[in-house]
Amino acid sequence: MTKIFETPLYPYARHPDQDAATPPRHKVVILGAGPVGLAAAIDLAQRGVPVVVLDENDRVSSGSRAICFAKRTLEILDRLGCGDVAVDKGVTWNKGRVFFDERDIFQFNLLPEEGHHRPAFINLQQYYLEQFLVERVQALAAEGKPIEIRGRNRVEAIGRHSDHVRLEIETPEGPYELQAEWLIACDGANSPTRRMMGLDFVGRVFEDNFLIADVVMKADFPTERWFWFDPPFNRGQSALLHRQPDNVWRIDLQLGWDIDRQAEKQPDRVIPRLKAMLGEDVEFELEWVSIYTFQCRRMAKFRHGRVIFAGDAAHQVSPFGARGANSGIQDTDNLCWKLALVLEGGASERLLDSYDWERVYGADENIMNSTRATEFITPKSEISRVFRNAVLDLAARHDFARPLVNSGRLSIPCIYDDGPLNTDDDADLPMRARSGAPLPDAPLGDDWLLGALGSGFTLLAIDTPCPETLRMAGLDVTVLRLCAQDNPDLAARYLGDHPSAIYLVRPDHHVAARWTRFDAAAVEGALQRSIAMPQGGQNV
Amino acid sequence: MSDLNLHRNLQDPDGFYANLMAVHDGLSKAESDALNARLILILANHIGEEAVLARALVEAADLSHQPG
Repeated sequence: MTKIFETPLYPYARHPDQDAATPPRHKVVILGAGPVGLAAAIDLAQRGVPVVVLDENDRVSSGSRAICFAKRTLEILDRLGCGDVAVDKGVTWNKGRVFFDERDIFQFNLLPEEGHHRPAFINLQQYYLEQFLVERVQALAAEGKPIEIRGRNRVEAIGRHSDHVRLEIETPEGPYELQAEWLIACDGANSPTRRMMGLDFVGRVFEDNFLIADVVMKADFPTERWFWFDPPFNRGQSALLHRQPDNVWRIDLQLGWDIDRQAEKQPDRVIPRLKAMLGEDVEFELEWVSIYTFQCRRMAKFRHGRVIFAGDAAHQVSPFGARGANSGIQDTDNLCWKLALVLEGGASERLLDSYDWERVYGADENIMNSTRATEFITPKSEISRVFRNAVLDLAARHDFARPLVNSGRLSIPCIYDDGPLNTDDDADLPMRARSGAPLPDAPLGDDWLLGALGSGFTLLAIDTPCPETLRMAGLDVTVLRLCAQDNPDLAARYLGDHPSAIYLVRPDHHVAARWTRFDAAAVEGALQRSIAMPQGGQNV
Repeated sequence: MSDLNLHRNLQDPDGFYANLMAVHDGLSKAESDALNARLILILANHIGEEAVLARALVEAADLSHQPG
């Protein structure tokens, strides 16, 4: 059977741009058709911004790669029109089990809170997510939205100018040139854009190798995340087993630093390792094997004039915690409404500097969490191994030690505390929905709060009077009037002990400001601030 | 309070653990052992209660669950 990752989904086709006398200029060009680049393209196209995606390949990536997609990503995918297809295909899981040496030391349940549309996590091979995103791009193009992917278009050189970027592109039929008013580089951890621009990418290298295998098997392991510290089948190292759709299981085996990477990838090495882990009698087929090393690092800044970096091109984390693809999609979610607003003249370029502040903040939080997990999983000194093993030993007997066990702190969205776009926060309202926080979902009858928000700014008015329509700072604000009586989830997440509240919500569903009652001047000031407009003034 | 608390009691377990690892950074094994000894004595003094400390010693000394 031909696998999805063996099929060209956007094969090379000659474009009239290649025969143009002078290089055509596009509004936005995105480099890289991975999950991050595709998410950015869909978001912009849905906002009416013309976008061209260039990728040197013509198909989705091979192997499972990023497999774990968090609730926040699923909520973003809902806005991109891919939420249902991802959740329907994905495997929803909540339970995990931790092993140490030969012992099953404890189990945990992520116990997802009720009253949210999306689960805490799904497992889904990256190639499926990319396939769904490509199909969404194609559906938007068929509807007449200004979006296209050009396969086997490799950028060879980048020229930066004050009002555009010039691209030299190589294709199977020779080179051509394009201009882009804005360039979004989503071209991965080894970003050619970053290299061509000679930009820094600093941080820590971890001296370790991990074997990843996608194994097809009919096994009766439960749908749980299993993590081993120092198991008999991989002495002194760690191991991870995770279920994916189609009876594909993902196995990560830590190998240590000093290994022959080519030899370790060969089936005659891999299969005995897997048999030792799974049992001699389990029948399986290897779908994909890779060896990875990782670094925790980021660029000093993500915006360089008209070139903006997102995803692994801008920041890299260790894989423990599923913070790579999830944070990359949050980058695009943060960027695209801002870029669309700048392009339509509703905000100045200053708004894009907040992308830099907010996503650098997010990257630092992800790097901190994934670095801590890495240090727990692979202790770097004798004393850190002593403590690590003491924690695991105590965790088998005592609940108190379990929060110290760190096999990855799974991705949750960051809260932009003290972010440049935040204003008034009424601290008497619930902490979790404070200014800078992503909006917690809540049921609304048979529907969900997040699905009821507008594509631009939304004002939530809960049990308090407010105008039916709102136009401020040059923007139409969607007004959503809600009643928290008979809706305990909404009341708990948005009101706390207060009888009423007003929330100003950004297009990316982060809270910009909140009050206990409506005040037009306060809302207008907060809206101006959240689009980086000088207070009380006009864009200049 | 004379019972040893074996329930979750740390506000930020990851932050504490990172700080604990950080004070050991760059130390030799002997220096780390000495640091740990000082740390235990400081915490024991803070706890103060003999019954609690006696119970903690028993829990920590329980060899039956430790890997060989």
